[in-house]
Amino acid sequence: MYLIIPIIVLGLVGLIAAIILYACSKKFAVEEDPRLGAISEVLPQANCGGCGFPGCSGFAAACVNASAKGSLGDLNCSVGGPECMGKIADILGLAAGEATPKVAVVRCNGSCANRPRIAQYDGLMTCRTVNSCGAGETACGFGCLGCGDCVAACKFDAIHMNPETGLPEVDDEKCVACGACVKACPRFIIELRKKGKGKGMRIWVDCVNKDKGAAAKNACKAACIGCGMCEKVCQFDAVHIENNIAYIDQDKCRLCRKCESVCPQDAIHSNGFPKPVEKKKLADLLPKPKPEAEAAPAEQPTAPAAEAKPAENADNNNEQNKEA
Amino acid sequence: MKTFTFRIGGVHPDENKITAEVATKVAALPKQAIIPLSQHIGAPAKAVVKKGDKVKAGTLIAEAGGFVSAPIFSSVSGTVAKVDMAVDASGYRKPAVFIDVEGDEWEESIDRSDKLERLSDHPELTPEEIVNRVRANGVVGMGGACFPTSIKLTPPPTAKAEWVIINGVECEPYITADYRLMMEHADEILEGVEILMKAVKVDKGFIGIEDNKPKAIELFNQKVKFHPNIKVVPLAKKYPQGGEKQLVDAVVRRQVPAPPAIPVNVGAVVQNVGTAFAVYEAVMKNKPLFERYVTVTGKKLANPGNFIVRMGTPMKQLIEACGGLPEGDNKILAGGPMMGKALPTVDVPVVKGTNSVTILTDDDAKRKEPNPCIRCAKCVSACPMGLEPFLLATLSAHKDWERDEKEDIVSCIECGSCQFTCPAHRPLLDNIRTGKQTVMGIIRARAAEAAAAKKAAEEKAAQAAK
Amino acid sequence: MANLIVSLSPHAHGNDSVERNMYGVIIALIPALIVSFLYFGVGSAIVCGTSVIACLFFEWAITKFLLKREKSTILDGSAIITGILLGFNMPSNLPIWIIIIGALVAIGVGKMTFGGLGNNPFNPALVGRAFLLVSFPAQMTTWPEAGQLASYTDATTGATPLAIMKDAIKSGDASVLNKLPDSLDMFLGNPGAGFGAGCIGEVCGAALILGLIFMLWKKIITWHIPVSIIGTVFVIAGLMHLANPIYANPVAVILSGGLLLGAIFMATDYVTSPMTAKGQIIYGVAIGFLTIVIRNFGSYPEGMSFAILIMNAFTPLINTYCKPKRFGEVAKK
Repeated sequence: MYLIIPIIVLGLVGLIAAIILYACSKKFAVEEDPRLGAISEVLPQANCGGCGFPGCSGFAAACVNASAKGSLGDLNCSVGGPECMGKIADILGLAAGEATPKVAVVRCNGSCANRPRIAQYDGLMTCRTVNSCGAGETACGFGCLGCGDCVAACKFDAIHMNPETGLPEVDDEKCVACGACVKACPRFIIELRKKGKGKGMRIWVDCVNKDKGAAAKNACKAACIGCGMCEKVCQFDAVHIENNIAYIDQDKCRLCRKCESVCPQDAIHSNGFPKPVEKKKLADLLPKPKPEAEAAPAEQPTAPAAEAKPAENADNNNEQNKEA
Repeated sequence: MKTFTFRIGGVHPDENKITAEVATKVAALPKQAIIPLSQHIGAPAKAVVKKGDKVKAGTLIAEAGGFVSAPIFSSVSGTVAKVDMAVDASGYRKPAVFIDVEGDEWEESIDRSDKLERLSDHPELTPEEIVNRVRANGVVGMGGACFPTSIKLTPPPTAKAEWVIINGVECEPYITADYRLMMEHADEILEGVEILMKAVKVDKGFIGIEDNKPKAIELFNQKVKFHPNIKVVPLAKKYPQGGEKQLVDAVVRRQVPAPPAIPVNVGAVVQNVGTAFAVYEAVMKNKPLFERYVTVTGKKLANPGNFIVRMGTPMKQLIEACGGLPEGDNKILAGGPMMGKALPTVDVPVVKGTNSVTILTDDDAKRKEPNPCIRCAKCVSACPMGLEPFLLATLSAHKDWERDEKEDIVSCIECGSCQFTCPAHRPLLDNIRTGKQTVMGIIRARAAEAAAAKKAAEEKAAQAAK
Repeated sequence: MANLIVSLSPHAHGNDSVERNMYGVIIALIPALIVSFLYFGVGSAIVCGTSVIACLFFEWAITKFLLKREKSTILDGSAIITGILLGFNMPSNLPIWIIIIGALVAIGVGKMTFGGLGNNPFNPALVGRAFLLVSFPAQMTTWPEAGQLASYTDATTGATPLAIMKDAIKSGDASVLNKLPDSLDMFLGNPGAGFGAGCIGEVCGAALILGLIFMLWKKIITWHIPVSIIGTVFVIAGLMHLANPIYANPVAVILSGGLLLGAIFMATDYVTSPMTAKGQIIYGVAIGFLTIVIRNFGSYPEGMSFAILIMNAFTPLINTYCKPKRFGEVAKK
């Protein structure tokens, strides 16, 4: 008897609890699209926010929403890569978008050797803080501050400071182009650019200094001085000077490396090519003058001078700009 | 002497007013004046001169670039050399007009006599006329924030001004420019106060002066006998009494609510003594704001002093006039040691908001090694805004912007009392400032988003109505 | 050219430092330390000395070998304070090996496990004391009588005022309280007046008050915590005394045991006490209340250290809810 009573009581308690639980699970059931869970499973769950959504669940929801429109559009999980996006497309019964792999590119070459220090910063070592303190330790108000906010922001251990140059370096293998470093940089130096074929063949202007030529050159030996040679030499209309700084449009660039070979400041850098670039003179690279243009080869006389004294050339350019 | 002060927080930095009794000298004209186009809060001015133009002292060289902006005048006579970029007090390159100085010719419209003009003799000066003249002559707040004065003199219709409070506190260590101005131009300042009172249509004015300047208090107490509506309020020495909100609290016992409220919401219009003087000169003498009192000081400086300086004079020249940069590691500040801006070069020009060039040398120039927070709460008791600096700094370092906002980070006035008082030498304000900037960015973005959403909704409604 | 230095404002510093505050507390402890030598002689010197040296050693060893930090923190003064306070909370006849265990628990468990100075949720010295009190109750609760300057572990022990009070409550006989020494004697601490048994640091109220005055003068602490603790104890003990004379009179309650030591030196520890004045008063009142409750209704005669430890645990909560009054929140006239 003493054995049976507890068994009955416990059994009853269990039964009542089971009924309550069942009722609750029916009454308060949250309806969730089963595809959400499926997508979440294929996502990397790094919650890096690189896609622009709050974490992986946010991205999964966005994918489901997009599927209603029939296409994934721009949605891309750069961490998971095309493989992951393909799986998501399968789950949703869509065709995966063709996303070009990208990589973070640090556009500053103001290493300790190139950029002389004019002052010493004393205080909290984060780029954002130094940035509100004026130009920082060097005269360049645009370049890398070297405190490593980007390194701290990277969740994939893909960006590191090089102690020799004082500049961050991106590890192509590890970088997933989530864009966290791009957002962390207070000076907008880092850009997501196409990774390029092969070993990552790409070419970019390694400077963001918008100062005029002389000022930029005084601040940093490797600064783009906006002289415009790259713009002139480019046959594909890919390089343009705006605000005293050259920018290479990747959609138009065909990786001919002519701009790199003429840059008097060595401010244009490339990656992943089999051979280092051969330095050439602007005049040699300009397209052979066509008969009608022959009358006015205005570039010819200035070019050698520009080669010899690029800074002055830049000044001339600037003077012209100002007058214009 | 009964003194007043603000009610929350505050610290007592060493005064170091070494130049207090050094009579003001007129600084030599520079060879080339570099006049930045952004000397005030708000939109930069737009240059109206070009290379080769001849200008005189007082010639308009840049007009206001928007509603919150101020025109800029040449401080010297000569030829415009170029309009180019120059490093200003922010440490960044900003557009500036370079003028090669030739002689010293002033615009004829400026009254250069010393005669004291009384407001009572000029009934033609209506409040609107005063505000117009202040605006036209480019007067901005001379205390350092450089907010265009004409805007402050036209308060929003929702607020009603009751008093004009003049800031003669000069709570920053080292600086004595306002003190010298008060000692040397008391009558003009008081006329300036009368003008300001007329402009905002109030009949009560206060001049707050800290009790470390007994001579100034005495002088003004004598002079206000002829100005029955103005009262001198002696204040107990405490930093940051010169902060607008703290001064209002100290003088009239009212606390300005959290931003976006401004002092005029509690009935106070606060102006610096320097501004009162500039307003007097602008209104009565038609003199645009192109020179100001500047203290050049530093413990190691050979001959520190006070100067009347034309805008655009490079600081290098002032420092050389005082004996040159001392040996050792220096920190050059535009402003005082509590809120001043450290400059990476001595070629920065004096602008409307430069009240001092302070040079800290060696140990004074360096920060001490930070230690872990010991939670002594000294920053909490020092904060004049009743915030918790240790918490805000930690939250900002961890990028918890949401909680930062909840803890009222935007109320921070960046006075530096927390960091000054911290026994662990922690860079509290470095962190808080970053947090404040970010949170304000978030708030602005949110406001913009809300405005856009509202606009979209309205458009939709309008379309639906059609 | 020498360096130009740039940094963000403020560029001035008030010359206050962690060391200044810590050594200020140590200076404030000196009167009580001197009095303790006069009372307990060799015993006091051995206990306090061992405690300080052991605390410094553990701080150094843990920083160097376990945390592997470059910077040594033994000179910031905090370990010395922990050592002195731990010593003050022990009877003067405690064997050396127990003291060393106490120091290890105080520094190792109470402080360094949380990351060192500034991160410990509980007062390290009290963690050490509480550990010893629970582990070695016999040794920790037999106190030698004052005045035996040359003796250490061999000193004869006596009853403390707190034990007498506890007896009175247990027996329900108010006349037991007549055995209590005179309040003035407890305040000034007259060795040889037939009493004096107690922990090293708690025998002379006057010396502790002197330390309090010094710390207030140097602005090391504010008045809120000590005053609110002592005030609360006075009020509650006074009411209980009026209601039932088996409870001792409030002055004796305040002067007996570690109440003053705790209120002045332990509860005011920066790291473990609330930040705002309002929070500090809540904290102080709660400590006073808990102390009385433990003393009168608990099984231990002394409740101060437990009260402080309990409120240490509440400090983060108090900090979250007691915000300073923001500028501009004052109602307009």
